[in-house]
Amino acid sequence: MYKYDTYDQAMVDARVEEFRDQVRRRLEGHITEDQFKPLRLMNGLYLQLHAYMLRVAIPYGTLSSAQMRMLGDIADKYDRGYGHFTTRQNIQYNWIKLEDAPDILADLASVEMHAIQTSGNCIRNTTSDQYAGAAADEVVDPRPYAELIRQWSTFHPEFSFLPRKFKMAVIASDIDRAAMKLHDIGIQIVKNEAGEIGAAFYVGGGMGRTPMIAPCINPFVPIDQFITYSEACLRVYNRHGRRDNKYKARIKILVHELGKDEYTRQVEEEFAHLLTQNIEPPLAELERIKAMFADPPFETGLSDELDRSDPDFALWVDNNCLAHKQPGYIAATISLKPVGGIPGDATGEQIRLMGDLAKQYSFDELRVTHAQNIVLPHVKKADLYALWQVLDANGLGTANLDLVGDIIACPGLDYCSLANARSIPVAQKISQRLAGQAQQIGELKLKISGCINACGHHHAGHIGILGVDKKGVENYQLLLGGCEGADTSLGQITGPGFDEDGIVDAVEKATSFYLSQRQDGERFLDTYRRIGMPAFKEAIYG
Amino acid sequence: MKILTGNDLKTGAVTWWDGVQWSLHVEDAVDVGEHADTILAREQAARRVNAAYAIDAIKDEAGVRPAHIKDRIRALGPTVRPDLTLKPADPAAGDWVI
Repeated sequence: MYKYDTYDQAMVDARVEEFRDQVRRRLEGHITEDQFKPLRLMNGLYLQLHAYMLRVAIPYGTLSSAQMRMLGDIADKYDRGYGHFTTRQNIQYNWIKLEDAPDILADLASVEMHAIQTSGNCIRNTTSDQYAGAAADEVVDPRPYAELIRQWSTFHPEFSFLPRKFKMAVIASDIDRAAMKLHDIGIQIVKNEAGEIGAAFYVGGGMGRTPMIAPCINPFVPIDQFITYSEACLRVYNRHGRRDNKYKARIKILVHELGKDEYTRQVEEEFAHLLTQNIEPPLAELERIKAMFADPPFETGLSDELDRSDPDFALWVDNNCLAHKQPGYIAATISLKPVGGIPGDATGEQIRLMGDLAKQYSFDELRVTHAQNIVLPHVKKADLYALWQVLDANGLGTANLDLVGDIIACPGLDYCSLANARSIPVAQKISQRLAGQAQQIGELKLKISGCINACGHHHAGHIGILGVDKKGVENYQLLLGGCEGADTSLGQITGPGFDEDGIVDAVEKATSFYLSQRQDGERFLDTYRRIGMPAFKEAIYG
Repeated sequence: MKILTGNDLKTGAVTWWDGVQWSLHVEDAVDVGEHADTILAREQAARRVNAAYAIDAIKDEAGVRPAHIKDRIRALGPTVRPDLTLKPADPAAGDWVI
């Protein structure tokens, strides 16, 4: 994985000291909250419902064991013993003291981490496929390209005050595991018929109050021009994006209002101009980065056999593990969704344990998924049972990946100052109610947001739930039919909303109806797409 | 009644104006009537509170209850982590929020 060079480290270290001075000036009264707020937000420090919240960037979701251990240490030393892994592959701490924040950033810097650009109208942390470097279906490892974007976008002076925040995702396989088309820019690294590597650009996707699926504006940008093309996309947005209305300021609105063709024409025009300016990083830099993402020293000649005699282990393997490109290895997902638990939360002890297990079993590497789970990407199959036993003994062995209990949920009104309703209690109740049927139901991606900002990705859930404020009372809308994969679709609202218990009943009615209607091999989403909303609506409201 | 709430500048802890200083407990909150803006300006300038604002609440024999659920959750703590609320020993404390 990527290692900071002296420039990276110097920049991060300098930022820590700069913020330390800013915090000191705020605490001593030399600057007001209005002056300080944008400075703390640039360092990922929000003021939420109960305390300050620090959002730490995890570039493309990749962590080393030492970094993971540090995240656990921070949870125990500065927070209340836990952290919350987010839908953008980051981690948040909910109980931070302002006076501790500079020390936390210094601790993070000591393991090549930071919280820069985890807030504000800038290019945020770039996300990627959690199985990058392990999946058999990828064209290349997408992470070197995501890392190049990180370097290009960090402190980019032209893009530090965009009309609105800006999110990018990079994948390199036809199966989209990063919700790429629901980002401001989604990039798919592809190979053309000549065997050349390039980037397909999808621009103008997003969730929030106006969900949109990004159209492809260029199916093949040569890889030695993809940063220049990204710059062109951003420049057109920065020039014409709406700054007069926060709710119309995202690039998706610009692409929609201009139309894909006109936006693309302007990007291509800007791109042609930028090509004369030689802004693309030299290929040697990309090669330097790629060298750091070389495959770990996999053993060869290993058996692919697994002893499945322990039925609980076999179930976990079937649900939580993905075939690896290297024979004898497997990618294992650690679910942070125990039945009735808080999606994405892990204690400091669990976080350190996962770091240690990565060192012991996965070449020192972990990934955070946008579904709020953790992946050990390179586990030898011969080690898998021993790994699972440790996970299971520490509350990390839940076998529910992509099942109804693997719920994405934003922090909601329990923590977030923007939320209108609580998300987590709804997730807990659904998880408990349907735990006994989860295997029978099969793949069902359920996503819950506590407000229209859609941090819980409710638009992309096979079943989505949106919490709203109805005259001061929490109310929940139900959506069906969303999907974030290669066949991305947006969920549709079923009808009138429900109270907290009512939404749990409604989800159960929807899953029961699915079970009564499904044909061989159909997932919930397939059945929904075949028989449509009216039949489900009748089952839920009838 | 109108009450004042904000966060402690150093710790971020939720606080409530008790007429003299900022308390961690909503039951200490007092009605500020028409003086909200004056008190907020003075207290924020002195950095005794941060991001403070006035809210509606009611007071009865059970104590002070903010009108909106968001402020009731601020007053208690996250309903999904009773151990981290101000009343960790009371398993039914979350009912007050709803």
